[in-house]
Amino acid sequence: MIEKTLKGKPAYWIWLAFLGMFMAVGAACYIRQYNVGLGLTGMSRDVSWGLYISQFTFLVGVAAGGVMLVLPYYVHNYKEFGRITILGEFLAIAAIIMCLLFIMADLGQPMRALNVVLHPSPNSMLFYDAIVLNGYLFLNILCGWVILTAEKKQVKPPKWIYFFVYLSIPFAVSIHTVTAMLYCGLPGRHFWLSAIIAPRFLASAFAAGPALILIACLVLKRVANFDAGRKAMNKLITIIIYAALLNMFFVGLEFFVAYYSNMPGHIEALQYMFFGMEHHGVMYNNLVPFMWAFVVLAFGAIALLVTPAARKNDLVLGIACLMLFVAFWLDKGVGFVLAGFVPNPLGEIVEYIPTMNEIGITLGVWATGFMVVTLLYKIAIGVEHEVEG
Amino acid sequence: MDKHRRKFLKIAGASVVAGIGAPAIIKLTATPALASGQGVAAAGHEAAPAAEHGGQGGHGEEAPQGVRLGMVIDLRKFNERPELLDAAIATCIAVHNIPEFPNSKDEVKWIWKAPFSGVFPEHSSQHSAKKITGNPAVSLCNHCDEPPCVRACPTQATFRNSANGIVAMDYHRCIGCRFCMAACPYGSRSFNWYDPRPYIKKYNKDFPSRMKGVVEKCNFCSERLALGQEPACVEACQGTGAITFGDLNDPNSGVRRLLDKEFSIQRKPSIGSKPSVFYIV
Ligand code: SF4
Ligand code: SF4
Ligand code: SF4
Repeated sequence: MIEKTLKGKPAYWIWLAFLGMFMAVGAACYIRQYNVGLGLTGMSRDVSWGLYISQFTFLVGVAAGGVMLVLPYYVHNYKEFGRITILGEFLAIAAIIMCLLFIMADLGQPMRALNVVLHPSPNSMLFYDAIVLNGYLFLNILCGWVILTAEKKQVKPPKWIYFFVYLSIPFAVSIHTVTAMLYCGLPGRHFWLSAIIAPRFLASAFAAGPALILIACLVLKRVANFDAGRKAMNKLITIIIYAALLNMFFVGLEFFVAYYSNMPGHIEALQYMFFGMEHHGVMYNNLVPFMWAFVVLAFGAIALLVTPAARKNDLVLGIACLMLFVAFWLDKGVGFVLAGFVPNPLGEIVEYIPTMNEIGITLGVWATGFMVVTLLYKIAIGVEHEVEG
Repeated sequence: MDKHRRKFLKIAGASVVAGIGAPAIIKLTATPALASGQGVAAAGHEAAPAAEHGGQGGHGEEAPQGVRLGMVIDLRKFNERPELLDAAIATCIAVHNIPEFPNSKDEVKWIWKAPFSGVFPEHSSQHSAKKITGNPAVSLCNHCDEPPCVRACPTQATFRNSANGIVAMDYHRCIGCRFCMAACPYGSRSFNWYDPRPYIKKYNKDFPSRMKGVVEKCNFCSERLALGQEPACVEACQGTGAITFGDLNDPNSGVRRLLDKEFSIQRKPSIGSKPSVFYIV
C-alpha cells in the first residue's frame, strides 16, 4: 500500500516539498540546540517549560480526538462514519509522533531518554504517560493498517482486531487524562492544581481533534475527490459543538472558583492570562491578546457551527472549524502551560518569549506531523478509490 | 572547632547505629566519583519505603526513624550581620562549582537571597515589621521529607536518601525533562541551559562540575558530610548560630534543642512536603 504515496498530482508534490522545507529548517535548528543547549530557547529557570511541552499537551488532545470517530462507529454501529474512521486513526498516529518529537526536543539530555524505561518510576506521571502514549500509537498503527488492508482485499477485517479497536477507546481517554495528571498533581502550582483539568482537556480534545478531521474532509473533497458524506459531517459538527461548549463551561467554572473564592493563588494565573498582572510597577501581559483571541474565536466558531445556513457552505464550515482549532490551540497549546509558571514559587513574574530557533524546531515538528498525515491519508484514500473502482 | 567536629562524627555514628554500615555512609553521602554511580541511587531507593512509612498511624505524629538531616536558619542573626549571609552564599558557589551566568534567564542557584514575602508567602502579614520587610530572607532546597520533586522524577535521578533524608541528584541519570522543576513548590532547582563550565569563576577540582541539560540544586553538602565536615554554608557562619545543622530525629541534637526552645517556621507548610529547613524569624 505504501506505493500509493509515490504517485500524485503536482500539487501533492509541491505540498510535500513545502513541508520538507520546514522539516529541514527544523532539523537544522535542532542540531544547533543539541550542540549549544536549551539556552537557545526562551525558557528560563522560572518558566522551565515552553512551546515544546505546550505543543505536546495540545497534540495529545488531537490524538485523543480521533476516538470521537472510532467510538460511534464501532460501539454504536454508526455506519456513516465508516469512511472516515480511518482518518481519525491516522491523524492520531501523526499527532502522537509529533508529541514524541516535542518531548525529545525538550529533553536536556535526549540521548538518555531510555532512562525512563531503564529506571521505571511508578511514582512519576511521566512514566505512565510514556506507556500510554506509545501504547496508543501502537494500537492506532495496528488497527489502521489491518482494517485498511482488509478493505483493500475487500474482505472483512479479522475478528481479533476488534479487541484492539475497543482497547484503543480507553487508551484514547487515558492519554489525555494522564497528560492532565502531569500538571494537576503538582502541589505548588495553583493554576494546574484543579480536578477539572482532565475533563477540560478531554472536552477541548474532543472538539479540536474532530474539527481538524472535518477540515481534512473538506480539503480531501476538493483535492482528492473524497466525499465523507454530509450526514457524517453533520454528526461531527454536533460532536464538536457539544465538546466545545463543555470546554468553555469548564473554563467558566475555573473563573468562578477563582474570583468568587477570592483566593490569590487561584486568581493569579487567570489574572495574568486574561488581564495582565502588575508586579513592582511593571505590567506583565504577554498572554492577554492570545487569551482573548481564544475566547472570541471559540464563541465565534460555535456561533457559526450552530447556524444551519453557515454549516451548509463548505468554505464557512471550514473557516469555523479552523477558528475552533486555533482557539483551542491558544487555550491549551499556549496559555495553559505557560501561565502555570506565573507567578513563580517565590511570587516573582518572569515572562517567556520563544526564540526564533525554538520556533524553527516547533514548525519543523508540525511540518513532520503534516507530512505523516498527508502520506497516510494518501494511502487511505488511494485504497478507497481503488475499492470503489 | 573541635566540638563541631565531634558533633558531625556523631551524626555519622547515628547512622551506624541505625544499621547503615560505615562504608554505606561514604557511599550515601557521595564522594564525587560515587555521586554519579548507579549504586547510590539504588541504595537510596530500595530502603526508602520501609524507612519512610513505618509507624505512621491516624492523625498522630509519625514515629521518626533513622536520621533526617535538617537545618535551622536564624534570620535574626543574618539581619544583624548581613555580610554573614553573603559569605555563606559565596562559599557554596565556590565549593560546588556553581556557574555564574550573566543572563538571569540562565541562572543556576543553590542558595540565594529573596524577599521574606517571596520565601514565606503563607507567613506574610499585610503590615510586616521593618526588620522583616527591610531584610532579605534566604532560600535553598528544603530537603523535604515528602519531596514533590522526587515524586515527579521519571528516572529516579532525584531521590530521597533514606539513610539521612537528603534529597540527592544523580547528574548522570537525569534526562533533563525538568518535571522536578515544575514540581518543586519552592523554586529550589536550576537547569543547565548551557554548558556551565565556562561560567565557573574558580574551579574546585574536589567537586564535579555538571554538564548542560541536567538539573541541579543544593545537596546539603553530602560530599563534605562524607568527610565528617559540616556543610560549607554552616561552616561560613561558624560560631554565630546563624545556621545550625543536624539530625531532626535525634531529640538531643543541636537543631532539635534549638527548635524546642525557639519559635520556628517552615516554608509553605500547607503544601505538605515537610521541609527539613526551619527558620527562626
Ligand atoms: S525544596 Fe524542592 S527540590 Fe528541595 S526537596 Fe523540596 S521539592 Fe525537592
Ligand atoms: S530533570 Fe532530571 S531530575 Fe528532574 S525530573 Fe527530569 S530526570 Fe528527574
Ligand atoms: S548546604 Fe551546602 S549545598 Fe546546600 S546551600 Fe549550604 S553550602 Fe550550599
